[in-house]
Amino acid sequence: MEHSPPPFFKTGPTPLARLLIFSALSLVLLVADARFRYLTVLREAASVVVYPLQRIASAPASIARRAGEFFVTHSALREQNARLTQDHVAKAAALQQLQALQAENAHLRGLLGTRERVNAKSTLAEVLYAARDPFTRKIVIDQGLQHGVKAGQPVIDSIGVVGQITQTYPWLSEVTLITDKGQLVPVLNVRNGLRAVLAGTGNDGVLELKFIPLNADFQNGDRLVTSGIDGVYPPGLPVAEVSNVERNAAYLFARIECKPLAGVNSNTQVLIVDAERQLPDRPAIADKPAPSRKLRKGM
Amino acid sequence: MHARVMAPQEILLPVKPAFIVVTLLGALFLNLLPWSGAWLWLRPDFVALVVLYWCVEQPRRIGFTAAWLLGLLMDIADGSLFGQHALAYAVLAYAGIVLHRRVQRFSITPQVLHVIPLLLLNDVIVLVIRTVAGSDFPGYQYFIGSFIGGALWPPLSFLLKLPQRPAPDPDHV
Repeated sequence: MEHSPPPFFKTGPTPLARLLIFSALSLVLLVADARFRYLTVLREAASVVVYPLQRIASAPASIARRAGEFFVTHSALREQNARLTQDHVAKAAALQQLQALQAENAHLRGLLGTRERVNAKSTLAEVLYAARDPFTRKIVIDQGLQHGVKAGQPVIDSIGVVGQITQTYPWLSEVTLITDKGQLVPVLNVRNGLRAVLAGTGNDGVLELKFIPLNADFQNGDRLVTSGIDGVYPPGLPVAEVSNVERNAAYLFARIECKPLAGVNSNTQVLIVDAERQLPDRPAIADKPAPSRKLRKGM
Repeated sequence: MHARVMAPQEILLPVKPAFIVVTLLGALFLNLLPWSGAWLWLRPDFVALVVLYWCVEQPRRIGFTAAWLLGLLMDIADGSLFGQHALAYAVLAYAGIVLHRRVQRFSITPQVLHVIPLLLLNDVIVLVIRTVAGSDFPGYQYFIGSFIGGALWPPLSFLLKLPQRPAPDPDHV
């Protein structure tokens, strides 16, 4: 800046000073967001400004998709119809059994005195777009606070678990996919009932079972379903299939890779499950300081 | 040689502030299109590109405040960490404002060679913030968008200068 104007023409601080001011502001926001999660309300408010633009921007793609759906060929429809009829017949038998089993199950549960499993309500949502942040695995859906969506609700498709709502806006919400790094799902091995925690790795199509001892009984092809222990995911939803087990005695834990079952990256419609269950309160941990209080009293 | 590297002197009309606003909103719109898969890697950051263009061409009209606010809007729309794009765009605006006399003197091809490193700097800032916040490196394809952004600089600068070019004088022979 050798050619900057003489000092008395100057208006406001120099570019460097401005850079420092704005960098400091950004860093404050970053720390507040990443460390303390203070900014949820601010995000919700500010999203109102971006929302119209987001909707307009995602319109061309959805119009193209609808137009594509309109021009399906006759043969494709017939093929689909035949497949669905076949499916229907195959499932009808199972369905008839299901009704009998449900009645029996309800009866047995009544006998056991356990709580009836809640029939989870679900809302259909359309996927607007995948978030454009290359560091995370998220999608944005067209249901938000106004439709009764709450952060924490699980999101599924017709096959299994897709992810969990992590951020709600007035008319949109963000779903963190199970493949996102650090996204955890408590699961159960269908074959033997072993419990585990399934974690996303940040790569599409690869999940990992965490903290599994080397000798634990996991094999390729084992199906994992939600265990429902966390109180977030309803139990029994298919999540993933074990695709690769690596046991190396040099490490403390086995390395178990899994493939998600649901079309985590390929859906245009998903279901938001409202599965709020009345769990008993956690046992209080606040009992610990009790002895010291007693001691003080004694003194 | 000298004539090719240095920009030809043009007389341009003053730019309308409304036009700047419209182009910035247009860039935001392009960024918000539902890019996915390989297109996401190929997508240049249009907002960064247009902010850089205006900071180089009109450093007195557009600067830190606009760049920073656009960064915040990008962060909200992307669901990314609050302030990561804001910081990156602020640094980009600084670079554009400090370098504007130098970049303006060059003709279009050497300008691209200035723009690509600045866009890469923008990417690296976002990358550093995300790495500190605990994300993994997404792979080298992350940087492709900046090179494509550099390639888009000549057409962009032609388009954005169109409204400033005076209409051809009918009396001129």
